[in-house]
Amino acid sequence: MANKRIDEATGVETVGHSWDGIEELNNPLPRWWLWTLYASIVFAIGYVIVYPAIPLANKGTEGLWGWTSRGQLADEMKAEDQRRAGTLAALAATPIEQLASKPDLMRAAIEGGRAAFRVNCVQCHGSGAAGSVGYPNLRDDDWLWGGNIKDIETTLINGIRQPGNDATRQSLMPNFGKDGILPPADIAAVTDHVLSLTGKSTANAKGSELFAANCAVCHGADAKGGRQVGAPNLADAIWLYGGKREQVSGSIHQAHAGVMPAWGGKLDPVTIKMLAAYVHSLGGGEDFVAAPAATPAAAAPATPATGETNAQP
Amino acid sequence: MLSPEPAPKAAPLSYYAKRKAVFPKVVSGPFRRFKWLMLAVTLGIYYLTPWLRWDRGAYAPDQAVLVDLANRRFYMFSIEIWPHEFYFVAGLLIMAGIGLFLITSAFGRAWCGYSCPQTIWTDLFQHVDRLIDGDRNAQARLEAAPWGPQKVFKRGLKWSIYLAISFWTGGAWIMYFADAPTLTVDFWTGQAAPVAYATVAILTATTFVFGGFMREQVCIYMCPWPRIQTAMLDEKSLIVTYKDWRGEQRGSVKAKERAPDLIGDCVDCNQCVAVCPTGYDIRNGPDIACITCGLCIDACDKVMVQLGRPRGLIDYATLEDCEHERAGGERRSILKTALHWRTLVYFGVWAAIGVGLLFALGTRQRIDLSVAKDRNPPFMLLSNGQVRNDYTLKLRNMETRPRPMSVTLEGLPGAVMWTDEMGRESASRELQLTVAPDQTKPVRVYVVAPQGTEEEEFTFVLAARDREAGGDRAETRFDAPEESE
Repeated sequence: MANKRIDEATGVETVGHSWDGIEELNNPLPRWWLWTLYASIVFAIGYVIVYPAIPLANKGTEGLWGWTSRGQLADEMKAEDQRRAGTLAALAATPIEQLASKPDLMRAAIEGGRAAFRVNCVQCHGSGAAGSVGYPNLRDDDWLWGGNIKDIETTLINGIRQPGNDATRQSLMPNFGKDGILPPADIAAVTDHVLSLTGKSTANAKGSELFAANCAVCHGADAKGGRQVGAPNLADAIWLYGGKREQVSGSIHQAHAGVMPAWGGKLDPVTIKMLAAYVHSLGGGEDFVAAPAATPAAAAPATPATGETNAQP
Repeated sequence: MLSPEPAPKAAPLSYYAKRKAVFPKVVSGPFRRFKWLMLAVTLGIYYLTPWLRWDRGAYAPDQAVLVDLANRRFYMFSIEIWPHEFYFVAGLLIMAGIGLFLITSAFGRAWCGYSCPQTIWTDLFQHVDRLIDGDRNAQARLEAAPWGPQKVFKRGLKWSIYLAISFWTGGAWIMYFADAPTLTVDFWTGQAAPVAYATVAILTATTFVFGGFMREQVCIYMCPWPRIQTAMLDEKSLIVTYKDWRGEQRGSVKAKERAPDLIGDCVDCNQCVAVCPTGYDIRNGPDIACITCGLCIDACDKVMVQLGRPRGLIDYATLEDCEHERAGGERRSILKTALHWRTLVYFGVWAAIGVGLLFALGTRQRIDLSVAKDRNPPFMLLSNGQVRNDYTLKLRNMETRPRPMSVTLEGLPGAVMWTDEMGRESASRELQLTVAPDQTKPVRVYVVAPQGTEEEEFTFVLAARDREAGGDRAETRFDAPEESE
C-alpha cells in the first residue's frame, strides 16, 4: 500500500493509498483541530451527565443538575408572578372609581383585562368585543345597565338574571303575545309605533296608546328606556335582538331575557377589576362622575339591549 | 498513475501536523512603516472612538458613536438611526462587503495584510514577543529551552501583557454599547450588566488565544476570506510575488560570479521567510498563507541593495506584469494596474450605494405617522345612528426635542375624532399633541362619521407645529354598515 509519491501538479506527497486510481494528498490537518474534536467529546460527556439525556424504559436520565423544561417554565412563571405581584396588590388596594387617576395602573389593568377577556368573554361577546345578535357590543355607547367603570364591574360580579343573587342585573319583560296579554293585531300596532320612533314605520294612535299603557312603565314615555330596570332605549339605532320588523314584533311576542354569568365567584376581584377596565377602555366607556344611575333622558342614551351592529344584514 | 516501485519505508504516516512556531524577524522598510501606521490608526480608532463626545442636547446621549441596543437607537456623530431605518446599516454592510471586493480587485489581499483585526492584533502581540523575548533567534532559543526560572518569568510576563491587551480589547468593545465613562465606573464597581462582563470575558479569551497563540493558523485554517479571495484573484491582481525567472537558480554571490548565466539573483539568504508573520516561503508561489503584508519585500529589497542588484526580486506586482517584465518590458505603475475595468465596476457599484445612502440620509423625514385600523370589529354603530371606527396612530418624533404636532382629517366630511385624553365632548377634526423627544407616541383615535356615511378612503395628516414644520400623511379606510337596515 505504501506507494507514496510526489504529486506533480501540487508538489505534495500522497498518503500512499490508492482506490481505483484515486489517491489522496498528504495535507495534514493541524493538530489543534483534533483537540477541538476532543474538547467537543468532553463537553458532550459533561452535558450527558448534568442534563437529562439518555432515554430509558420509563423515563430518561435526569442529570445531576435536575434541570427540566417544565421546571424552567415553572421558575419563569414564578418570576413573572413575582414581577406582577406589586401591580396586582396595588390594583387590589385601589377602589375601581379611583383607577382613572392612576394612568400606569390603569394601563396595566387594561392589558390584564385584555388577556382575561380572551379567556372568559370572547365566547359570547366575540374576540373584538363587538358582540352579535343577543350579545351586546361592548364598544359602542349604548349600555343597558350603565357604562361607567363601576357599573361595568357590578355587572361583571353579579351577572345578568342570575338566580339566587340579589344584586344581579334583573329585569323582566312580559311575553305579550305568548302569554296572551295582547292580541296579534295590537302587537303589530305597537311594533309599528316602536319602529316609527326611528322612522322605520308610520306612527299610529293605537300603537301609541298601547305603548303608553303597556310599555312606558319600563321603557319610559319617550321610549328611551331606563338603566334602573335595564330597559333598552327603543328610539335609537341599536337593537340587541335585531331591528327588523319581525325581530321587533318577535321580541314583543316573547321576551328574550338574555343572561350573563356572575363572575364574582368564578374570577378573583382583581381580574374582574381588570376586565371592567378593559371593557371600559374600548371606546364606549362613560365617565364615572358623569354617570348618575339611569336617568331615562340622560345625554348618553341608555337602552335597548342592543347590538345590531356590525355586519348584520 | 502509480509509481511502480514501492516507496522506501518512512516514518508512520500522520494525518495531523503540529503547528510550526513562527518567530518573525524584525524588519524595516516602507511596508513595515505602512504596517506601523495601520496598527496605530486602526487600534487608535478602536480604542478611542467610544470616548469621543458629541453634544445632542438634553434628550439624547452625548457619545459620538453609540449602539444603544436597550433603546433601539444607533448614534454616529450627527446621524441617529432608528430600527426602521436599519437599511442604512444594511447598506453600510453591503458597502463593506463590496469594499472588500473593490480593495481585492485593486490591491489584492490588502485587507488581510494591513487592516484585518487578526493581522493587527497578531502584529501587536509579535511586537510584545520581541520586547520580552528578543528577536527571532532569541525567541526560538527560549522556546527550545527547558523550563527554568528565567523562562517561567519571561513567559509569565509576556502572557500577562497578552492578557492585559486582550482585556483592554474586550473592555473597549462594550464601550460602544453604553455611555463609556458611566460604564467604566459601573464595570469596576460591579454594577454593569452581566452581559457586559460576559462579553469582556469572551473577547478577552478570543483575543488572548487568537492573537497570542493561534495567529497565522486563523488565516490558514479558520478564516473563509482567504478561500473566497483565491477565487477573486487572477493574473491581473496585485499580489506579493517572487520573480522566479529572475531569482532562480539560487546561488551564492561567488557562485554567480562563477556562472552568471546559470545563477539568478536570489542568494537564498532566507530573509523573506524569516520576516514573514505567517512563516510562509513566498518563493513557493502564491498561497493562502501569504497575507500580502509585503514585509518580505522590505527584507529582500535590503539584501538586493547590499548586493548592488536591482530591487524587486520579491515585489508587489500582478502575474501579468511579471510576464511583461520578464519579456523585457517596462515595469508598469501600480496605479495603472489598480485601475482596470473590474476595479472600476466594483467602485461604481460601491459608490452608487454610497451615494444612494447619502441621498436617503439627506432626505429622510424625522417625523412619521403610521395608522393601524381596528379590524375587529371594522366599525361600530352608535345609538344615534352615527358610525365609529377606531384607529391606533403612531406619531414618531425622531428629533431629540419635544415637538408639538397636529393630526387632521382629510376627507370623510362631517366626521370628528377624539382620543381617550380629550374625551368625546371635545371631539373635533384636529388633534393637538406633543410628542416627547426621540419617542413614538401611540394614540387611540376614535373617528365618528354622521349617519349614512359610506365606506371611504380618507387620510390622517400629521404636521409639526414648530418652526421646522414637516409632516407626514397616512391613508386609511373608514368602514360603515352596508345599508343600515
